[in-house]
Parts: sequence; structure tokens; C-alpha cells
Amino acid sequence: MPEWLVAVLWAILKATIALAFIGVNFMFLVWLERKVSARMQYRVGPYRVGKPHGWLQLIADAIKMFSKEDVMPAAADRWVWAAAPVVVFAPAVLLFVILPVGPNFGVQPDFNLGLLFLSAVSSFTLFGIFMAGWGSNNKYSLIGAMRAAAQLMAYEIPLVLAVLGVVMLAGSLSLQDIVAAQRTYWYVFPQFLGFIVFLIAAIAELNRTPFDLSEAESELVAGYFTEYSGIRWGMFMFAEYTNLFTMSAIAASLFFGGWNGPILPPVVWFLIKTYAFVLLAMWIRWTLPRIRIDQLLDLGWKFLVPVGLLNLVITGLFLV
Amino acid sequence: MSLTREPVQPLELDPRLGDRVRIEPLDGGRQTMTMSMGPQHPSTHGVLRVVLTLDGETVVDAQPDIGYLHRNWEKIAEYMTYAMTVPFSDRNDYLAAITNELALVQAVEKLTGIEVPERAQILRIIFSELQRITSHLLWFGTFGLDLGAVTAFLHAFTAREYCYRLFERATGARFLYGYLRIGGMRNDVPDGWVEDLLSFVDQLERTYWPEFMRLLIDNAIFIRRTKGIGVLKPEVAVAYGASGPVLRGSGVKYDVRKADNYLPYDRFEFDIPVGENGDVYDRAVVRMYEMLESAKIIRQAVKELPDGPVMAKVPRAIRPYGEVYHRVEGPRGEVGVYLVAAGDTNAYRARWRSPCFVHLQLLPLLARGHLVADVVAIIGSIDIVLGEVDR
Repeated sequence: MPEWLVAVLWAILKATIALAFIGVNFMFLVWLERKVSARMQYRVGPYRVGKPHGWLQLIADAIKMFSKEDVMPAAADRWVWAAAPVVVFAPAVLLFVILPVGPNFGVQPDFNLGLLFLSAVSSFTLFGIFMAGWGSNNKYSLIGAMRAAAQLMAYEIPLVLAVLGVVMLAGSLSLQDIVAAQRTYWYVFPQFLGFIVFLIAAIAELNRTPFDLSEAESELVAGYFTEYSGIRWGMFMFAEYTNLFTMSAIAASLFFGGWNGPILPPVVWFLIKTYAFVLLAMWIRWTLPRIRIDQLLDLGWKFLVPVGLLNLVITGLFLV
Repeated sequence: MSLTREPVQPLELDPRLGDRVRIEPLDGGRQTMTMSMGPQHPSTHGVLRVVLTLDGETVVDAQPDIGYLHRNWEKIAEYMTYAMTVPFSDRNDYLAAITNELALVQAVEKLTGIEVPERAQILRIIFSELQRITSHLLWFGTFGLDLGAVTAFLHAFTAREYCYRLFERATGARFLYGYLRIGGMRNDVPDGWVEDLLSFVDQLERTYWPEFMRLLIDNAIFIRRTKGIGVLKPEVAVAYGASGPVLRGSGVKYDVRKADNYLPYDRFEFDIPVGENGDVYDRAVVRMYEMLESAKIIRQAVKELPDGPVMAKVPRAIRPYGEVYHRVEGPRGEVGVYLVAAGDTNAYRARWRSPCFVHLQLLPLLARGHLVADVVAIIGSIDIVLGEVDR
């Protein structure tokens, strides 16, 4: 076989595995979220469809979602409205490219601009959310979209600042190198401030409680995706949970040594650490009330950005 | 998007507001947006529509639009006999069915001079207080939901379920009881019920209540979301006729249970929790502490529960004459019944004084100048039940 054909087939195989994983992971995360919330609320959660513990629930949900009527608001901006779920969905999947699943193992393991790619692609979600909010021609959606714009812009900066501390320590933008550099100690120790900033900013970027202001069920009905039903709604959910996994994976890689770990294979360590963050995010979501938009922006601009900058200064002094 | 085109009029502020809320008229280029919150909205607590005028997310005006649940209670009450009206009064404030029945039943008893047996009196106290706890539990849950705390909601419902089982065992119904009769109660409580009630009170005080405080009320985000929001000054609250926790949240120590003593409440010791600033936080905390006070009353009432009948001898057809206004302290405030009786088996005129209707009028006052998210918190903090607003 010619070399290019091998490369192409190899790429297709990796993409297929990644996409299959994304799908299964999505279903698992939704199921897990329901189970975790149920446990925190003295409930059972999904139980009937598939035993044990309703593991088939999401398959049933997916069939329902696919077969639901696709309702479009009469006065919607057709193409903007229809394209929005795809625009939200695409960056969620794209980010899988940089995930360091194991030593030189992943969709694109030797991607030396990994973190730049992360900040570039993750901010793309904003377009999709804004398109959804604007295109729906619904005031709740519009407010949701405006909030999302303010929020994602406000939290993109502390997120990057937090990541920069790690980059300075590791001297590389590649996630593989950063994880490999943490063989001796995890970066969460020298970068504790950065980790806190990253954690808060990441949850805000993910639009999860207490920062789920752009969907804010009790205020804006469902915010930017109020007008979406069936599989289009499902795509927003898909993007949300995939982003949750990606952000958790990146948090684990940047601050908790990623695939490094004794005895177990690296991939298992990677998944353990990632899902630990997923559980943390779920725990936070089902505990805290939602904060208000002005408080959110205050927290982003007046607390996280200065702390992030301070962290950079400290890291710089430490390195010098 | 269609935004309103008409130029914005400078607002005339309520003089009673003082300097607390100041609204700057928008300059020439900017426009307000009118947004309809409800009647189908996750946090309008029933079918309430609030027409919001927004400048960005800041509320310029909030006008409640009611009537989506109107059932004509007052007119129907004039066509049914007094006894038939009792279960129908449950539907007014469906979260406080007992206190609604109590107001009506006692109004008729006042008219006719029927003496209620002592056991029934004490049972009425127990059930009113238990009802207050269930109502406040539901309020706690939905208020948490309004602020985005879903777990608080379901925890509150777990506790509330306990209450509902108690109600079900005594009355046969979980929600709309029809338990009170003119002259007493329909039946006595079953064996072992009182012990279960006490064990619920124990659990409320030891487990549920502290947990709720930790989970929501003492949370830093909750405090930041509620402190200084929707401030109701005591003189404004009095001027608007507010009652119940809304009035007490503003620091006015007034409770119909103490003021009117419509049931033998003077035999029991309990406090009236009051707030300081009259903001959303104070109203919330007042309700939380009221649950404890109700638990305290239940404990004492159970100790003093005498033996004996629960129903007085009542004539088959009640044909009172005269007029009466009777009020009781419901979970949401003063529930009043005004009856004009003309010697018939049905009232000549019936009128319901519902606290939620009064409190809803405060909404524009409280919401102006705050954000959309605060409107949700304010609606939650005045704890409206639309069945009672619309009647």
C-alpha cells in the first residue's frame, strides 16, 4: 500500500473511533448526570429501560428525539436558526483532536499548538449560541444569546490566563508535552491559583450551573435553545456534554498529570481523572444556585482576570 | 427582532418608594423591550403573566396580568350551601387548603354561634400549622428552583411528602382535604397518627431544616442573589395591606394568630420571626423560621390534645343571619372571608380576601430597577399562589 493511503485509512480509523467514543460518552454522561442528580436528591433516576439501572434509557431517549417533530418558529431566521446546532456541535467534536489520551496516543498526538487550538476552537461555540438566540426570533432566546456572548467573552480570558501558567512551566503548547512534563509532580501544586481560575472559568465556559445563565431555565425558559425541539435540541445537549468531557480531560491533563499514573495503563488513568472532573462539575451543578449576570461579569473581570494575571506574575518570578 | 418603536415615557415613581429605586429615563436613541413573562413560564408559580418592560436586562416596569385561573369562587359560593362551599374553598389556595377551610368554617360558626369542641379546636391548630409547614416547604423548593438550585426543590419535596402522608392518613386526601366541617372536623385522627406527626416534627427540626439552611439559605451565592433585592419598606408594606411573611419580612411584627386569637393560640408559646431590611432574603429567612415555630406549636398542641368529640351538634340546615368578616393566618398571610347571610342556606354575598392578590400588587414596586433574574426571585419571595389570586 502506498504511504498516503495508509495515512488516509489510519486517519479515517482514528476519526471513526473518536466519533464512536463521543457518541457513547455522550450517552454515558447524560445517564450519569441523571444518576448523580438522582443520588443527590434521594431519587432513583433512570431505572426501567434496561437493567441494571436503566442503562438503555438514553437509547430510548435518542429514538424519541429522532422521531420528534422538527418545529421551526414561523418568524425564525431560517438558515441561521437551522445552522446554529451544527455550529455549536462542530467545535465540541473538533476539540477531540488535541486530547492526550496516552503517551503519543490520541487523534493527533503530536499537535504542537494544542492549547492555542483549544482556545481558538472553544470560543467558536459562542457563534453557534448567538446564532441560535438571534435566529429564534424570541426575546428569551435573544437575552440568552446576549448573556452567552458577555459570559463567554468574559471567561475566555481567565481561561487562557490560567492555561498560560502551565504553558510557562512546561515550555510547550502541546498537551502531550505538558502531560509528559508532569511525570514527577502535578502542576496543580505550583499552579494552584491557576487551577482555581481554570476550574471556575471552565465551568462558566461550559454553561453549567452556577453559570448556566444563557439557558437559565427559571429565568429564560431555556434561553438560546428555547425554540429547538427533537434532534436539534439533542445536538445542543450533545455539544454540552462533549464539551464537559473535553474540558474535564484538559483540566486533568494540565493540572493532574493526565495519563501519568502507576500500574494501570495510561488510557485508564486519563479516563479516571477526566471522569473525576466530570463528577465534580455535576456535583457543583446539583448543589449551587445560579448567580446573576452582573455578579457573573464581576467575578470574571474583577476577580478571575486579576488573579489569573497575578498567577502569571508569580509563575514568571518563580521561573526566573 | 421586533423591538417597540414608541418613545419611552419618563416613569412616574411611586412617592412611597423614596430613593431606594431610581430609574433614569432612557436617552433618545435607546428603546425598551416589552417581554411577556408567562402565563407559561417555569417560575411564575402558576398561570401568572408579567408584562416586563426591559432596558437591556434591567426592569423598567413589571405589570402582573392575572385571571388565567379564574373560577368564579365568590359567585359559586353564593349559590352553594355553606357546607358545600367548604371543600370548594380548598381550591382557592391549593397549597393551604386547611387554612382556607378554616377561614370559611369559622366565619359560618361565628354567624351561627356554633360552639366547636375543644379537641377539634386543638386539631385545627395542629392541622393549620402542619399546613403552614407543607406550604413553606413547597415555597422553599420552588424558590430554590427559581434561583437554579434543583436539588433544594427535590429535597423539600421529600420532606413535604412526609406531611402529605400524614394528611392522607387523617383526611383521605393528599391535597384538597375537605376535612373541616362547620362545627368541628369530619373525623378524628386515626390511631398512631399523633406519634407519626411528632416523629415528623422531630425529623423536620433535626434533619430537614438544618439541611435546607445549609443547602440554600446559608449559601454565599444565595445570599448575594437575595440581599438588598426587592426591598419592601415597612410603611409601604402596611400601606399596601401586606400580611404574613411578606409583612413580617419588612420588620412589622404582626400575626393574626396573636392579634385575633381565632383558635386557642394563646395557650401556646411561639415567636413571630421578623426580618430587618424587607428584602428577598429576609422574607425567605422569616419563612424558614416560621417552620420551626409551627413545629413548636404542634409539639405543644399535641401535649394538650384533649379527648372528646371532634364535632359539635349542628342543625341539618344552617340558616344564619347577618354579616361577618373572619380572618385567619394562612401560610401566605391574612386569609379573610366576608359573608353576608340573609337567613338562607347559602350566602347572600361571599367575598374572599386573599393575601396573594394583595402581595402581587407589590410586584411592580419591588421589581423596578432590578434585573430579570431578580424578578424571578421577587416573585418567589412573595410566594404567590395563583389559585388564590384569581379565585
